[in-house]
Amino acid sequence: MMPYFKFDYFGVDFGLVIAFIIGIGFGFALERGGFGNARILAAQFYFYNMRVLKVMFTAIVTAMLGLFYFSWLGWLDLSLVYVGNTYILPQVLGGFILGMGFVIGGYCPGTSVVSASTGRIDGMVYLLGIFFGIFVFGEMFPLLEGFYLSTDMGKVTLPEFFGLSYGMIVFLVVVMALAAFAAAEWGEKVLAKKNGRGIE
Amino acid sequence: MVHGEKNLEPKPYSNPYVVGVGLGLVLLAAFLIMGRGLGASGAISTIVSVGVEKVAPVHATQNNFYKEYLGDGTTNPLKDWLIFEVIGVVVGGFLSGSLAHRIKRTTEKGPNVSVRTRLIYAFTGGIIMGFGAKLARGCTSGLALTGGALLSVGGWAFMFAVFGGGYAVAYFVRRQWL
Repeated sequence: MMPYFKFDYFGVDFGLVIAFIIGIGFGFALERGGFGNARILAAQFYFYNMRVLKVMFTAIVTAMLGLFYFSWLGWLDLSLVYVGNTYILPQVLGGFILGMGFVIGGYCPGTSVVSASTGRIDGMVYLLGIFFGIFVFGEMFPLLEGFYLSTDMGKVTLPEFFGLSYGMIVFLVVVMALAAFAAAEWGEKVLAKKNGRGIE
Repeated sequence: MVHGEKNLEPKPYSNPYVVGVGLGLVLLAAFLIMGRGLGASGAISTIVSVGVEKVAPVHATQNNFYKEYLGDGTTNPLKDWLIFEVIGVVVGGFLSGSLAHRIKRTTEKGPNVSVRTRLIYAFTGGIIMGFGAKLARGCTSGLALTGGALLSVGGWAFMFAVFGGGYAVAYFVRRQWL
């Protein structure tokens, strides 16, 4: 029965070996996608290269369908897969701030690690910035704690929130992703014709 | 730098949909084997917390944020799942970059901006990102990817907010990229 770790197929120490191997796959995929390069990532926000959207939504849909399928087969106890609580206001504001940092600095935490490991100086400097930003957050935490803990909605998922079945939400997410891919392909073509360029 | 020969040109990046499926399968493997998703900023938070504790132990234990990452003292906080995962990310990124001849000591930037300016932007963006990620309880990998696949309301709201924040300031920093 999956997830294996939760059913004690192995211990914490072997879990760290798994972490390392999964990390290799994660870093490999990010680099393959061009996400070690800030110009590719930033291009998403000027609409001339929609790789970020394409890779992210494809990954989400793939993992989501896998989870749905394995739990439907009865091989996976989905309730044992960790989902954090939703704290809606701090998460929306935090996301907005993070998005600003993304386009100003050119990376997110995971991609800056890949960028640094493939020699990019800007990725290394960005990574230092993240350390400092987290330190600033930590030092300000006593002031922020009230807001940080506010609007706790518990472990709420989209099926519960909209009162629809798990399968229906999965279907709607797939439809939305396909529509986003079609729009992204169309948008890239239109802009490439208009500007006569594109970063690939 | 690594490959001196001229014939080892960097290869183009892979098809984004193929990469997306690959990334999705890595995420799915984490769910099925470990019962948890991917992450990145959490590892940095642990390192920051351990650093603060080394310099100012009393100060760190009085702060609930650091305390969460330092644990109860029974295990070494650095013996952490996310830290080992991020070490893997370093190795995996280097491996993929080496195979495609993309390892290069350079600074990625648009043509109209100096390296110095780009690095100031990078550092500033990193600070903002670190702060935002902690306020939101995760970053693009831990919240948007992982929470997205698990259909978490917070994960999806966060993801749309990230795109919102990015598009909101993109115009003002366009000189850096275009």
